[in-house]
Amino acid sequence: MEVRIANVRKEFDRFPALHDVSLDIRSGELIALLGPSGSGKTTLLRLIAGLEMPTAGKVFFGDMDASEKTVQERNIGFVFQHYALFRHMTILENVSFGLKVRPRSTRPAAGEIRRRAMELLDLVQLSGLEKRYPNQLSGGQRQRVALARALAIEPGVLLLDEPFGALDAQVRRELRKWLREMHDRTGHTTVFVTHDQEEALELSDRLCVMSQGKIEQVGSPDTVYDSPTSPFVFGFIGESSELPVTVENGELWSGGRAIGVPAPDSKTGEARLFFRPHDVELVEQDASLAGVVTSSRRVGGTRRVELEIGGGGNKVEIDLPFDHPAGEKTRLAFRPKRWRLF
Amino acid sequence: MATKRKLLHRHHTSPVSESRLVQVVAIFLCLLFMLLFLLLPLWSVFFEAFAKGWEAYFEALTSKDARSAIGLTLLVAAVAVPLNVVFGVAASWAIAKFEFKGKAFLITLIDLPFSISPVISGLVYVLLFGAGSFLGPFLKSYGIEVLFALPGIILATIFVTFPFVARELIPLMQDQGTGDEEAALSLGANGWQTFWRVTVPNIRWGLLYGVLLCNARAMGEFGAVAVVSGKIRGETTTIPLQVEILYNEYNGAAAFALASLLALLALLTLVLKSFLEWRFGDELAATGRH
Repeated sequence: MEVRIANVRKEFDRFPALHDVSLDIRSGELIALLGPSGSGKTTLLRLIAGLEMPTAGKVFFGDMDASEKTVQERNIGFVFQHYALFRHMTILENVSFGLKVRPRSTRPAAGEIRRRAMELLDLVQLSGLEKRYPNQLSGGQRQRVALARALAIEPGVLLLDEPFGALDAQVRRELRKWLREMHDRTGHTTVFVTHDQEEALELSDRLCVMSQGKIEQVGSPDTVYDSPTSPFVFGFIGESSELPVTVENGELWSGGRAIGVPAPDSKTGEARLFFRPHDVELVEQDASLAGVVTSSRRVGGTRRVELEIGGGGNKVEIDLPFDHPAGEKTRLAFRPKRWRLF
Repeated sequence: MATKRKLLHRHHTSPVSESRLVQVVAIFLCLLFMLLFLLLPLWSVFFEAFAKGWEAYFEALTSKDARSAIGLTLLVAAVAVPLNVVFGVAASWAIAKFEFKGKAFLITLIDLPFSISPVISGLVYVLLFGAGSFLGPFLKSYGIEVLFALPGIILATIFVTFPFVARELIPLMQDQGTGDEEAALSLGANGWQTFWRVTVPNIRWGLLYGVLLCNARAMGEFGAVAVVSGKIRGETTTIPLQVEILYNEYNGAAAFALASLLALLALLTLVLKSFLEWRFGDELAATGRH
């Protein structure tokens, strides 16, 4: 189902959590709401769920205005960061809960409820654990139970609030892959909240980057990573270095000299240059950014060095091959291969 | 020899451990105090109760006044405890799950009965429903006696036992948060289903714990009840009041026989409380606080 968020504003005690947010979520897509804490991403998710009501604006499910509907009427599946499994019920009872509480007229027969719950447990690869209690399962298993429980009511939209936030890195990666497979198999429209950019980039069809109650950019992982539209997105998604520069004569200048990077389409004047530490090339020419290595550390298969550019105390990071001989005080010259100005 | 030295060595390396001598002295002192102030009185209650033999004991418990006192005590507890359960659950639900103005004030108010002398608690009702008050004569004109009658005793008991259930549940429910309730709602459950199927099971052991303490206090309350009861024999005397009356009449054996019932209740409460703490400690918020 499509979900449309139209000019939604949300205030808590006069404190604005979301300012005029609009977002179209396509049917069947897996979209990530990504942002630092306090960016409003969880609030937005809870507004879609009906666990919060907007101060202004509307939420549409398909053509239906869901703004005034209660959480029960919206038929959503919600997965919480801390699982929120019912601790006094077995796994099977947890998964069956949503069907058991239905009014008699729409409730399936007991045998049918059981069959469907078992089927879902099979889907989340937890067959055989149906008689256990939540505290007898690991964190990853619990989150899969929570997902099965949410899927049991056949929701129109699946909403996940930092679903892997409470798990350790290893389990997290496994579950991430598994969630992607699940999504491809079941095709639910899925919205998930995360503050982990790696998770968002790897898992989602599109991602929606948020900051301070506003949407910064919406797009595919490639678009957002390669063409960030704001300094915030550039800094938040992936590694980035930043340097104040000047644009003159269609070229970039730093510290009073041209650095050999043409910028014919940029406006003349002061600007901030953003580039990725790995998107640079070392050069020998004078027309380059030159700096002195102040620190260096090994990051995976590369060496990341911090350079002080000029005398103004501006520092940038660039990646070198791990066997590059540069040490402290070494002078290096480079040019960014791909960059953006803001 | 080697093992002994090793043990001693390990013993001395623990920075928070005291020397053996200090440990022994501390434990001994503690036991001595327990013996003097807890076990000795308890033993004397049962000793005095059976001083004139089993027959006298049973006679004392089955006399008309004693049966009336036992009946009244059970009746008072049977009314006061459920009312305080309803109130306690409602109050802790409101405090733990919702944000509203005056919350801190409400929490303070709930604790009020703990900080007021029980005698004053009783006196409040005398002032409220006494002959010189506005309410007393008004209710009397409709044939309702509050003071020196069952309603007064129940009111005083409710007041004194007010905080037990709520104080146990508030921290527990605050700790549990609203996640489970939100999950239930998102799965389509209505408020009523959510309360009975999710909230109540989550707090059941804490609730039982609160009920236990509330009940022990309701049956054993003396001060507040003494002020409002008027101590009409066979009518408005609860067990603790009857014990006092008998004792003042130099009927020690009968007094202690009734007192032994309260002592048994205390022991039973203690056992059940310990069991709950042992078995469901992680589901009780206030373990070790009372």
